[in-house]
Amino acid sequence: MPNMNLTHFEASLLFAIFSSLVLGVVTKKTDSERVRYGLKCFGYFLATIFGLGWLMYLGHR
Amino acid sequence: MSKAPKPPKLPLPHIKLWGHVVLAGWLVPGAGHFLLKRPIRGAILLSSVVVTYLLGLLMRGALFQPEFGDLLTTIIYTGGFVGDLSAGLLYLATVWMGYAQPDAAGHVHDYGTKFLVAAGLMNILAMVDAFEIAAGRKD
Repeated sequence: MPNMNLTHFEASLLFAIFSSLVLGVVTKKTDSERVRYGLKCFGYFLATIFGLGWLMYLGHR
Repeated sequence: MSKAPKPPKLPLPHIKLWGHVVLAGWLVPGAGHFLLKRPIRGAILLSSVVVTYLLGLLMRGALFQPEFGDLLTTIIYTGGFVGDLSAGLLYLATVWMGYAQPDAAGHVHDYGTKFLVAAGLMNILAMVDAFEIAAGRKD
Protein backbone atom coordinates (compact mmCIF):
# COMPACT_ATOMS: atom_id res chain seq x y z
CA MET A 1 0.00 0.00 0.00
CA PRO A 2 1.41 3.44 -0.89
CA ASN A 3 2.38 5.73 1.93
CA MET A 4 1.27 9.34 2.06
CA ASN A 5 3.20 12.12 3.73
CA LEU A 6 1.37 15.36 4.38
CA THR A 7 2.30 18.44 6.33
CA HIS A 8 0.15 19.58 9.27
CA PHE A 9 -1.34 22.27 7.05
CA GLU A 10 -2.20 19.93 4.16
CA ALA A 11 -3.76 17.32 6.46
CA SER A 12 -5.83 19.84 8.39
CA LEU A 13 -6.91 21.57 5.16
CA LEU A 14 -8.15 18.27 3.69
CA PHE A 15 -9.92 17.50 6.95
CA ALA A 16 -11.57 20.93 6.85
CA ILE A 17 -12.74 20.49 3.23
CA PHE A 18 -14.39 17.10 3.71
CA SER A 19 -15.86 17.87 7.14
CA SER A 20 -17.38 21.10 5.81
CA LEU A 21 -18.84 19.27 2.81
CA VAL A 22 -20.58 16.72 5.04
CA LEU A 23 -21.74 19.32 7.57
CA GLY A 24 -23.16 21.39 4.73
CA VAL A 25 -25.02 18.45 3.18
CA VAL A 26 -26.63 17.06 6.35
CA THR A 27 -27.82 20.35 7.85
CA LYS A 28 -30.23 23.08 6.76
CA LYS A 29 -33.23 22.84 4.48
CA THR A 30 -32.47 24.45 1.13
CA ASP A 31 -29.48 24.05 -1.16
CA SER A 32 -28.42 27.69 -0.88
CA GLU A 33 -28.52 27.44 2.93
CA ARG A 34 -26.43 24.26 2.73
CA VAL A 35 -23.81 25.90 0.51
CA ARG A 36 -23.64 28.92 2.79
CA TYR A 37 -23.36 26.77 5.92
CA GLY A 38 -20.66 24.56 4.33
CA LEU A 39 -18.62 27.63 3.38
CA LYS A 40 -19.13 29.10 6.85
CA CYS A 41 -17.86 25.89 8.48
CA PHE A 42 -14.85 25.87 6.14
CA GLY A 43 -14.13 29.48 7.06
CA TYR A 44 -14.28 28.61 10.77
CA PHE A 45 -11.95 25.65 10.22
CA LEU A 46 -9.47 27.89 8.35
CA ALA A 47 -9.65 30.59 11.03
CA THR A 48 -8.97 27.96 13.70
CA ILE A 49 -6.07 26.43 11.74
CA PHE A 50 -4.36 29.79 11.20
CA GLY A 51 -5.26 31.05 14.69
CA LEU A 52 -3.85 27.99 16.45
CA GLY A 53 -0.85 27.96 14.10
CA TRP A 54 0.06 31.55 15.01
CA LEU A 55 -0.64 30.87 18.70
CA MET A 56 1.77 27.92 18.71
CA TYR A 57 4.37 29.90 16.73
CA LEU A 58 4.25 32.85 19.11
CA GLY A 59 4.12 30.55 22.15
CA HIS A 60 7.37 28.87 21.10
CA ARG A 61 9.40 32.05 20.45
CA MET B 1 -38.13 35.04 33.24
CA SER B 2 -40.31 32.37 31.68
CA LYS B 3 -38.76 29.45 29.87
CA ALA B 4 -39.79 28.61 26.31
CA PRO B 5 -42.00 25.50 26.25
CA LYS B 6 -40.17 22.31 25.32
CA PRO B 7 -41.14 20.97 21.88
CA PRO B 8 -43.12 17.73 22.19
CA LYS B 9 -41.06 14.55 21.79
CA LEU B 10 -41.82 12.95 18.45
CA PRO B 11 -42.78 9.28 18.53
CA LEU B 12 -40.31 6.90 16.87
CA PRO B 13 -41.72 5.84 13.48
CA HIS B 14 -41.99 2.14 12.65
CA ILE B 15 -38.64 0.55 11.89
CA LYS B 16 -39.92 -0.61 8.47
CA LEU B 17 -39.86 3.04 7.38
CA TRP B 18 -36.21 3.72 8.18
CA GLY B 19 -34.43 0.47 9.17
CA HIS B 20 -33.24 -0.51 5.68
CA VAL B 21 -32.22 3.08 4.89
CA VAL B 22 -30.06 3.40 8.01
CA LEU B 23 -28.55 -0.08 7.53
CA ALA B 24 -27.68 0.67 3.88
CA GLY B 25 -26.28 4.05 4.94
CA TRP B 26 -24.05 2.36 7.51
CA LEU B 27 -22.73 -0.27 5.11
CA VAL B 28 -22.16 2.07 2.16
CA PRO B 29 -21.86 5.78 3.01
CA GLY B 30 -24.57 7.79 1.23
CA ALA B 31 -26.54 4.68 0.22
CA GLY B 32 -29.45 5.75 2.44
CA HIS B 33 -29.74 8.97 0.47
CA PHE B 34 -29.60 7.07 -2.84
CA LEU B 35 -32.47 4.85 -1.61
CA LEU B 36 -34.42 7.98 -0.68
CA LYS B 37 -33.87 9.43 -4.18
CA ARG B 38 -31.38 12.09 -3.10
CA PRO B 39 -28.54 11.10 -5.45
CA ILE B 40 -26.56 14.35 -5.37
CA ARG B 41 -26.42 14.50 -1.59
CA GLY B 42 -25.70 10.77 -1.53
CA ALA B 43 -22.82 11.18 -3.97
CA ILE B 44 -21.31 14.06 -1.97
CA LEU B 45 -21.54 12.04 1.25
CA LEU B 46 -20.16 8.90 -0.41
CA SER B 47 -17.18 10.70 -1.90
CA SER B 48 -16.42 12.69 1.27
CA VAL B 49 -16.50 9.67 3.58
CA VAL B 50 -14.62 7.36 1.19
CA VAL B 51 -11.89 9.90 0.40
CA THR B 52 -11.44 10.78 4.10
CA TYR B 53 -11.21 7.09 4.98
CA LEU B 54 -8.75 6.32 2.16
CA LEU B 55 -6.58 9.30 3.14
CA GLY B 56 -6.53 7.91 6.68
CA LEU B 57 -5.43 4.50 5.38
CA LEU B 58 -2.77 6.02 3.11
CA MET B 59 -1.40 7.97 6.06
CA ARG B 60 -1.09 4.61 7.87
CA GLY B 61 -3.59 5.52 10.56
CA ALA B 62 -4.34 2.92 13.22
CA LEU B 63 -7.75 1.38 13.87
CA PHE B 64 -8.94 1.44 17.49
CA GLN B 65 -9.74 -1.70 19.46
CA PRO B 66 -12.19 -1.40 22.37
CA GLU B 67 -10.40 -1.19 25.73
CA PHE B 68 -11.88 -0.86 29.18
CA GLY B 69 -9.88 0.52 32.06
CA ASP B 70 -10.13 3.99 33.51
CA LEU B 71 -12.75 6.36 32.13
CA LEU B 72 -10.43 8.18 29.72
CA THR B 73 -9.10 4.92 28.21
CA THR B 74 -12.65 3.62 27.77
CA ILE B 75 -13.81 6.84 26.11
CA ILE B 76 -10.82 7.10 23.75
CA TYR B 77 -10.49 3.46 22.70
CA THR B 78 -14.13 2.37 22.74
CA GLY B 79 -15.27 5.69 21.26
CA GLY B 80 -12.58 5.42 18.59
CA PHE B 81 -13.66 1.86 17.83
CA VAL B 82 -17.28 2.95 17.43
CA GLY B 83 -16.10 5.77 15.13
CA ASP B 84 -14.04 3.35 13.02
CA LEU B 85 -16.85 0.78 12.88
CA SER B 86 -19.32 3.45 11.72
CA ALA B 87 -17.54 3.61 8.37
CA GLY B 88 -19.35 0.33 7.55
CA LEU B 89 -17.97 -1.81 4.73
CA LEU B 90 -14.86 0.36 4.49
CA TYR B 91 -13.90 -0.66 8.04
CA LEU B 92 -14.91 -4.30 7.57
CA ALA B 93 -12.97 -4.58 4.28
CA THR B 94 -9.89 -2.98 5.89
CA VAL B 95 -9.91 -5.53 8.70
CA TRP B 96 -10.78 -8.53 6.49
CA MET B 97 -8.12 -7.69 3.91
CA GLY B 98 -5.44 -7.07 6.52
CA TYR B 99 -4.88 -3.36 5.88
CA ALA B 100 -5.25 -2.43 9.56
CA GLN B 101 -2.03 -0.78 10.69
CA PRO B 102 -0.37 -0.97 14.10
CA ASP B 103 -0.21 2.29 16.03
CA ALA B 104 2.98 4.19 15.15
CA ALA B 105 4.58 7.44 16.31
CA GLY B 106 4.55 10.48 14.03
CA HIS B 107 2.19 13.28 13.13
CA VAL B 108 1.16 11.78 9.78
CA HIS B 109 0.07 8.48 11.38
CA ASP B 110 -1.72 10.45 14.06
CA TYR B 111 -3.63 12.44 11.43
CA GLY B 112 -4.40 9.16 9.65
CA THR B 113 -5.96 7.70 12.81
CA LYS B 114 -8.09 10.82 13.20
CA PHE B 115 -9.14 10.72 9.52
CA LEU B 116 -10.32 7.11 9.93
CA VAL B 117 -12.44 7.98 12.97
CA ALA B 118 -13.69 11.19 11.35
CA ALA B 119 -14.87 9.25 8.27
CA GLY B 120 -16.99 7.06 10.58
CA LEU B 121 -18.36 10.08 12.42
CA MET B 122 -19.27 11.73 9.10
CA ASN B 123 -21.13 8.56 8.19
CA ILE B 124 -23.06 8.72 11.47
CA LEU B 125 -24.19 12.24 10.49
CA ALA B 126 -25.23 10.90 7.08
CA MET B 127 -27.15 8.03 8.71
CA VAL B 128 -28.99 10.41 11.06
CA ASP B 129 -29.86 12.65 8.10
CA ALA B 130 -31.16 9.64 6.14
CA PHE B 131 -33.20 8.54 9.17
CA GLU B 132 -34.78 11.98 9.49
CA ILE B 133 -35.70 12.05 5.81
CA ALA B 134 -37.10 8.49 5.89
CA ALA B 135 -39.08 9.24 9.04
CA GLY B 136 -40.59 12.34 7.42
CA ARG B 137 -39.00 14.77 9.87
CA LYS B 138 -36.98 16.49 7.15
CA ASP B 139 -37.34 17.12 3.41
